Amino acid sequence: MSGQQRDAAPAGTLPIRIVVPGHLRTLAQVTGEVVVEVAAPVTVGAVVDALEAAHPALAGTIRERDTGRRRAMIRVYADGEDYSNTWTGTELPRAVLEGREPLRLVGAIAGG
Amino acid sequence: MSGVRVLVGTSKGAFVLTADGRRQDWEVSGPLFGGWEVYHMAGSAVDPDRLYASQSGGWFGQVIQRSDDGGVTWDAVDNDFSYEGETGTHPWYDGSPRPWKFTRVWHLLPSVDDPDTVLAGVEDAALFRTTDGGASWSELPGLRTHASASSWAPGAGGLCLHTIKPRPDDPDSMLVAISAAGVLATDDGGATWEPANAGLRSEFMAEPEAEVGHCVHKLARHPSRPDVVFMQKHWDVMRSDDGGMSWREISGDLPTDFGFAIDVHAHEPDTVYVVPITSDEQHYVADGRLRVYRSRSGGDEWEPLTEGLPQSDCYVNVLRDAMAVDAMDPCGVYVGTTGGQVYVSPDGGDHWGPIVRDLPRVLSVEVQTLP
Repeated sequence: MSGQQRDAAPAGTLPIRIVVPGHLRTLAQVTGEVVVEVAAPVTVGAVVDALEAAHPALAGTIRERDTGRRRAMIRVYADGEDYSNTWTGTELPRAVLEGREPLRLVGAIAGG
Repeated sequence: MSGVRVLVGTSKGAFVLTADGRRQDWEVSGPLFGGWEVYHMAGSAVDPDRLYASQSGGWFGQVIQRSDDGGVTWDAVDNDFSYEGETGTHPWYDGSPRPWKFTRVWHLLPSVDDPDTVLAGVEDAALFRTTDGGASWSELPGLRTHASASSWAPGAGGLCLHTIKPRPDDPDSMLVAISAAGVLATDDGGATWEPANAGLRSEFMAEPEAEVGHCVHKLARHPSRPDVVFMQKHWDVMRSDDGGMSWREISGDLPTDFGFAIDVHAHEPDTVYVVPITSDEQHYVADGRLRVYRSRSGGDEWEPLTEGLPQSDCYVNVLRDAMAVDAMDPCGVYVGTTGGQVYVSPDGGDHWGPIVRDLPRVLSVEVQTLP
């Protein structure tokens, strides 16, 4: 976990590890995993909110500016499950909440 | 004038090519924003070290980058290109209505007197402006809400606003070109617009001489003679002598009048350059030969420029924003190809040579003439 980006934890939040695609790491000027503090309930949407707040350059790159929807070629995985279409209402698995697994944001394979 | 800086946008990043005034020995830097499409880069005329770049891609959307040191370092600025108010629909390729949706920035035009003010032409077609160096963008909605907008259909590259041409003597008076709506004109800084396509004829349209719907590929005008505007249309090279209000064909003796790019010599307002492309079905130069054509009479009579350009087994295209001229004397002319070459002629087109041969597909070429 070298290169983690982590600020002081606010009370009542959990540190969530995130694997960000390489292009977005470059854009956010970070290396390795990113860690953000997220208050419960820790959903994909809440994690992306926190990620964009910590790294404003990522706004619009994971979800669309106009609709707020996940960009079509971004997939979201956590502890072996696909959370791409489960952004609200479903808390992330315990392994992610306890920091044993990262939330993985992945650029879809689309050739080229 | 000490030299030139060539800003090259490609399908996989951006490159900066620099040389002194002889334009013989080049330094190549890049890729910047590697792996992303860079549709356009542009520099400020009043602060040449202020650059802007449109970085985009299908995965992560739109990013706008800004440099304050001539391209050495860059920072991402605002990328929120939200349309103003309600968005309507326009016809999709199959004719069905499709909601207006922002996809990318095609073209950036810094103001001639303020480095913080930039116009951006986007897909789906609309015009945006920043007045704070890219910290925020606002739409000029009068264009997208024009009464004809619900009939604008996309060209092969999308419904894109790719050309912005203000009058040098009155920046509130502008022409923009949209594929495939055609030219629209404003005299009030973008509040209201009128179609400016009289004289255009496009056979792919149900009504070939309709007021809008033409696939205009690029416009060029010389700063000393703003009423004269040159156009490379899908087919046909055209000219207006009344600021775009009416057009006449000047294709003359070109081998084909299909093409994308057009530009005007920096010091000779009647010297015009185009790169004829075989056809709309064969997007490469004709006969395996890359020939830039030059007219010194404002059109109709054209001469092929070939010395130093490949004259066999060449099947590249030169896209709409991939031709530029510098302001040196003699005027330099630049073309970038879909094969990844950037060619320069430091003598107005008589002799050419490659600056680089193996870049990714070149999407745009802009030149800054440095003090």
